[in-house]
Amino acid sequence: MNLKAMNLKTFKGGLHPPDGKEFSASKAIEICPLPEEIIIPLAQHIGAPAEICVEVGAKVKKGTLIASARGFVSAPIHASTSGEVIAIEPRLHPMGKALPAIVIKPDGEDCWDENLKAANPDDLSGDELKACILAAGIVGMGGATFPTHVKLSPPADKQIDTLILNGVECEPYLTADHRMMLEATEQILDGIDILRKVLGIERAVIGIEANKPDAIEKMTKEAAARNIEVQALEVKYPQGAEKQLIDAITGRQVPSGTLPMEVGVVVQNVGTAAAISDAVRLGRPLIERVVTITGPGIKVPKNLLVRIGTPLQFLVDQCEGLNGEPAKIIMGGPMMGQTQLSLETPAIRGTSGLLIFRKEDLPRYEAGPCIRCGRCIGACPIHLQPTAIAAYARLDLFDEAEEYHALDCIECGCCTYTCPATLPLVQSIRYAKAAILAKKRTI
Amino acid sequence: MLASVLTLGGIGLFAAVALGIAAKKFAVEIDPRELAILEVLPGANCGACGLPGCGGYAKAIVDGTIAPNLCTPGGSETIEKIAHIMGVEAISAAPQIAVVCCQGDNTKASLKYQYLGLEDCNAAQKVADGPKNCPGGCVGLGSCVRACPFDAIEITTEGLAVINRLKCTGCQKCIATCPRSVIKMTPLSATTHVLCNSTDKGALVRKYCQVGCIACQICKKNAPESYQIENFLARVDYDSAESAEAVVEKCPTKCIRDFSAGYPEGSSFSAPSPVKKPEQVA
Repeated sequence: MNLKAMNLKTFKGGLHPPDGKEFSASKAIEICPLPEEIIIPLAQHIGAPAEICVEVGAKVKKGTLIASARGFVSAPIHASTSGEVIAIEPRLHPMGKALPAIVIKPDGEDCWDENLKAANPDDLSGDELKACILAAGIVGMGGATFPTHVKLSPPADKQIDTLILNGVECEPYLTADHRMMLEATEQILDGIDILRKVLGIERAVIGIEANKPDAIEKMTKEAAARNIEVQALEVKYPQGAEKQLIDAITGRQVPSGTLPMEVGVVVQNVGTAAAISDAVRLGRPLIERVVTITGPGIKVPKNLLVRIGTPLQFLVDQCEGLNGEPAKIIMGGPMMGQTQLSLETPAIRGTSGLLIFRKEDLPRYEAGPCIRCGRCIGACPIHLQPTAIAAYARLDLFDEAEEYHALDCIECGCCTYTCPATLPLVQSIRYAKAAILAKKRTI
Repeated sequence: MLASVLTLGGIGLFAAVALGIAAKKFAVEIDPRELAILEVLPGANCGACGLPGCGGYAKAIVDGTIAPNLCTPGGSETIEKIAHIMGVEAISAAPQIAVVCCQGDNTKASLKYQYLGLEDCNAAQKVADGPKNCPGGCVGLGSCVRACPFDAIEITTEGLAVINRLKCTGCQKCIATCPRSVIKMTPLSATTHVLCNSTDKGALVRKYCQVGCIACQICKKNAPESYQIENFLARVDYDSAESAEAVVEKCPTKCIRDFSAGYPEGSSFSAPSPVKKPEQVA
């Protein structure tokens, strides 16, 4: 396939770190076996944590509701295998704190709850489909875990005309979405049809970076019959960020402080589309996801289909263990992922990858003074001045940092990555953001 | 020649007269007491009084909107002088001093993870509640050092904040910035302190710190009037006159320290030799 002829689109800013996708890109998705213990945290999505609706000792089946949504911006949580609830207690959460979780001891039968009802999306109205999506606890699978039903409920005055499917996977190392597009093409396209019906729109575009030519080829071939466009994109981080992806594909810029619906676009991850298809056609709630277990610290990198709540140590064991002493364990990608305190933490809905580095893979440099080279400014996809905001943050001048639009920072880390003085720029901006938001809350 | 001299002289004369009139007409009356008070205030603009700077405080005292004894950096001497200027009786508050209630430096308290981000305690606290296993211990990245207007705080090479008692004026700036409230105000005259800030149960504290309070109640048994255990942490009542000797001696983790023989120079509380190596948690 000739990539030059594909008319690659992109946004302004960003950069391309070495992507390390060769570790796992060619590995077909394998089904991860059942661990001895499943730990399902209640906080797995943006919004209010779910509310427990089972008791210790209760017998649950695969897909049984164990915690219900609390409020509109929240999502219900389901058991990811059959077994017994043995504890409801604080357990180490990927956020680094002990947070309430439901612990299930699997009975090994792994049988589905018989109350789950399959449906044909053609027979259901848009609102009924949306209810299915909410009941299945579908959240954004790209890693941000924003409840999907909220994104599908734009206010009446916002006219949506385009659905964008995010198959960019710009984070280095991760290949979960790539494998999904190759192996679950049919489900993704079916999910897109359902999403189009819910939103009542026709136009759907799948954005895929040019470093996945096989996915672009397969998706283009299959999508043509359903009137879904596939747009190849330049290989650049952070193209998978919602606003950057909209800019790359449609040329529309989402104004500061607003949501994509402001410019008539809804963005969903390809993994979310596949989960929606399963939720409607099979009645299956979101209880598993594809996780890329990779990095130089893993013996055999793999893409695994993992039950929510599987401890990370178990995933490492499936990949024939650690390759040397781990120095850094990251959940998600290396640019925006969350560093983990231990392999005891469970995989949750937002776990797109498990990345392990050894000490020798992580050279450390002392931060030097800013040399005013402007590389961070060129790399910033939001067109901010990271060096100026960071300097204000270091002096605790948060009002000035806010004037420089610190709150618009998406924390992609391009500035820190590109800084020749290895200054902790994004870290300083995050610090300023937290302080500005804390101040706003108190006023 | 003459014309230019006259013109310039004329302009000069006019300006002088105009300025003279303006100075009289638009004069801002400043209470002489305000200037006198400003003179005796330390001029550090630290904000301990609750106002942005010494000028603001001087004005507020003269306006009568604020008590004249709030300048902790100035101490009783300054308060007396202000009282004299204002013609009121000096009620000096008992002088207070900040103390870092933690001895768990990097050799004595274990870490959850190695923190490599921004060198700031408040930033580190946002990453999984800080790099120490102890939820209350000193983070040691020096936010207080930067906040102190009197250069009274240092971070030891082992990563623990120490306050120089000769320089500390009790302005409480460090207390406002510390994310874990590990710095506490104590009476200047107090010589016995509980140098621990962990509210975890004893068994847990033992796992991560050699010098943490394990809430064993021995201090309370020996001196029931002076010591209380609240949230698994001993608290000393600074008003009590009970002798601290037995308590300090019997404290098994040596987190209660007696400095009646004098504080160490620069007041770096060098903790006693390790009791037991802490086990690594997670």
